[in-house]
Amino acid sequence: MAVPILKQGPFLIASIQSALTDTDLVQLRDALVGQVGSYRSRGVIVDVTALDVLDSFASRTLRDLAHMVRLRGAETVIVGIQPEVAFTMVRLGLTLEGVATALDLEEGLFYLNEKLRSTQQTTQ
Amino acid sequence: MDDVRVPISSDLDLVRAREQGRVLAGQLGFQHSDLTLIATAISELARNILRYARRGEIVLQQAQDSGVPGIVIIAQDEGPGIPDVNRAMEPGYSTAGGLGLGLPGVRRIMDEFEIVSEVGHGTVVTVTKWKR
Repeated sequence: MAVPILKQGPFLIASIQSALTDTDLVQLRDALVGQVGSYRSRGVIVDVTALDVLDSFASRTLRDLAHMVRLRGAETVIVGIQPEVAFTMVRLGLTLEGVATALDLEEGLFYLNEKLRSTQQTTQ
Repeated sequence: MDDVRVPISSDLDLVRAREQGRVLAGQLGFQHSDLTLIATAISELARNILRYARRGEIVLQQAQDSGVPGIVIIAQDEGPGIPDVNRAMEPGYSTAGGLGLGLPGVRRIMDEFEIVSEVGHGTVVTVTKWKR
């Protein structure tokens, strides 16, 4: 099942609606890494609120996504990790190291806007 | 309650298996984070089947220990088997390019863990979670 990707100003928002297969996740990663270029986006938000499982494969794919997007010059923030999912991830040792996370979509947008503003300030 | 058997031969089956596990665990009275732990363990075990053996089966059973309900997850395949089970249980070990967190991770989040593997014949991993 393909994840809809919304373009919102300088950002891309991928809002996962239901459980994803490994293939879906890899497709999402590749689509976002590609679209950062086609839309010249500065940031990516992946909303995982609907995911009830973030296992080792999903965690690794999200981490790869964030690192690949960063290599393309944009920032990624993962939003909406549910409390039970966070609990399980910690028990499994899946920390999403080096990946920005935020509580929800609103906080994610705030994070990316701040990032964007600070880069604009430093380049002025 | 009858055993639930989920054949595993595609990554869609993996999603199906964890959904079935969540349903059965819910019926047995597991809640919140336990449901997520159980679904995640099923996900890791089913992915191992897919990755190393291509096909196999997840069997979900209810268990009972002096009135305490539990769920048993059996992941079985007739794949190549694991030559060194002890090594496979070390954190960081993986032959398929994963994070290697699969089996040790599953052991950490479940209450009981057993693995029987024979090279050339397959692997059976049996894990149990008790309702606290």
